[in-house]
Amino acid sequence: MITLLTSICATAIVYAVSILYAAIGEIFSQRAGIMNLGIEGIMLMGAVSGFLTVYYTNNLVLAFAASILVGVVLGFVFAFLTVTLHADQIVCGMAFLILCSGLSGFIGKRVTGIASAVKFEKIDIPVLSRIPVIGDIFFKQDFLVYLMYIIIPLSIFYIYKTRAGLILRALGENPASLDTAGINVFALRYAYVMFACAMTAISGACISLSYTNFWNEGMTGGKGWIAFSLVAFSRWNPWYALHGALLFGGISIIGMNLQIYLPGVPSQFYGMLPYAATVFALIITTGSFRKKHTEEPAALCQIYDREDR
Amino acid sequence: MKIGTLRFEKKQTVSLYKKILNPIVFIILGMAFSCVFIAAAGFQPIAVFAKMISYSFLSAKGFSSSVNAALPLMFCGLSVAIAFKMNLNNIGAEGQYAIGAILGGGFALYGPDLPAPFSWIAVFLLCALGGGLWALIAAALKAYWKINETIVTLMLNYIALLLLDYLCYGPWMAPKQTTAMTSTIPKSLYLPMINGISSGVFLAILIAVLLYLFLRYTTVGYRIDVIKNSVRSAEYAGIPVKKFILIVFVLSGALAGLAGFVEVTGILHRVQSQLPRGSGYTGIVIAYLSQFNPLAVIIVAILFGGLQNGSAIVQIMGVPSQIATMIQGTIMVFVIVGEFFNHYRISVDREEKKGGART
Repeated sequence: MITLLTSICATAIVYAVSILYAAIGEIFSQRAGIMNLGIEGIMLMGAVSGFLTVYYTNNLVLAFAASILVGVVLGFVFAFLTVTLHADQIVCGMAFLILCSGLSGFIGKRVTGIASAVKFEKIDIPVLSRIPVIGDIFFKQDFLVYLMYIIIPLSIFYIYKTRAGLILRALGENPASLDTAGINVFALRYAYVMFACAMTAISGACISLSYTNFWNEGMTGGKGWIAFSLVAFSRWNPWYALHGALLFGGISIIGMNLQIYLPGVPSQFYGMLPYAATVFALIITTGSFRKKHTEEPAALCQIYDREDR
Repeated sequence: MKIGTLRFEKKQTVSLYKKILNPIVFIILGMAFSCVFIAAAGFQPIAVFAKMISYSFLSAKGFSSSVNAALPLMFCGLSVAIAFKMNLNNIGAEGQYAIGAILGGGFALYGPDLPAPFSWIAVFLLCALGGGLWALIAAALKAYWKINETIVTLMLNYIALLLLDYLCYGPWMAPKQTTAMTSTIPKSLYLPMINGISSGVFLAILIAVLLYLFLRYTTVGYRIDVIKNSVRSAEYAGIPVKKFILIVFVLSGALAGLAGFVEVTGILHRVQSQLPRGSGYTGIVIAYLSQFNPLAVIIVAILFGGLQNGSAIVQIMGVPSQIATMIQGTIMVFVIVGEFFNHYRISVDREEKKGGART
């Protein structure tokens, strides 16, 4: 029983990490006032570019870098459309979703279903991995998981404890006042959107370089949308995003296991839980019946144009 | 706004001629750009495009299947167009389509036998009702509690698709089937085909014309326009904004639900898992490309249906079928860029140039 539980927990962490990169990236992007609906597509591009690189070079570092690079380039284009050209963010997100899912399937066609020689392997952390239970759950993971252990506290510290984090939060609440204070709203939004897309691409790399070692069209299977829902679910806070990701990860893993014990409940209903939970969380945290200030960035999805002021 | 020596000035009005010409130019530019990807994958771009266009639009058989492929896209496009007309970001056409197909398809499969016109009317109304009810959830949350409709409709999409998945794998699955689909609906419910084109197209055109007239010539249409431009002034003018959100959202959902009607009765003749296949999202692209004009939606939908249809043909040449989605996405990005030029006049800043020359 203990071994089953440990393995469930360890798998839940792997699942959680694969959506957390995208979710934390999107939290930064939405905090900066830009909603990127193309997450699922950008994840696919990250996954396919990482996989293609590792397939032809057998070099994981290069593959990881390729994923990030593709993310940054896509982020630049997205920022160009939404920040410089003042295009509608929802429409741009959809364009990215369609473009990236088509393009990733198109360029990855030749390597579909072929396994690569290398992938991110599990590394045991010397002393820590020998702690019973905890060691098995947390310290027998791969590089991408350990990296996330560092990113979570860093991102929380950045958003809530630094001056740059304060500016980031203001960017999504009231960009006009920042602009008046002499801060370059446009450059910052470019930076955060590019960062967000790079993180999203890493999420994709988690799936094609660590979770599995092959590429398949649409292999993210809706994880991008789970990550997107996690952002609202977590009230734009990486700390709650961590809880949410573990919860969603737990639900999906437990759902798979429960299938064996509770055949009466079809798997699709477990699949619905994260989405239903997000709607529910959104209602109780951002509903206007609440008198308190909501965490939802006020300028989210709004075009910032100096001439409109 | 200035970038380097270029100066951008906002234009107040756009002539109709430019409004139509601009997307066409950028659609062509987008297609030209996607040649880069096609060539990079090792195919002859011109040969690929020639094959796609000649099959999808220039042959009678190909054209009729392009139109059929466009049929659900038309309804999704109309659904999105009316919602976006009032700044309601309904990205839930996908889910509304699925629920419409579930209600209507369920009635067609398991409901009582009705005489000819009534059976169609019942399925039609149930599809619209399903889509409308699904949209009502997001609409009510938006109208009364100001909850972000983009996120809610997106989440509801997945719940709807999983429900459809459950039904098609579970209780509704046809006997002796290995794929997730129901058995076919009664033959009496098939929409008639005219020269290989489903008669659902006429329904789409009729609805598009009605929507166009409704938005342009009625006070309700005018009020929608007022709400779009400023919710505050609409409230000040006494327009019941909440009621409008509910009505427009439900109407939008009902139109998406009708995509289920035409697909189930006109094309597939059954309900199957993953039935919408992204039409709801493509609908957003179509609505945007047609600048939310219902009549233009029909034409753009046929273009996109043709791309999808053509992608099947070039598969014979070894080109991956994802080419259609890739081209659609590229076109979309280019038209978004093009939209900018409709709203801004660009000129070279002389003074800046002089300053640059001196140094």
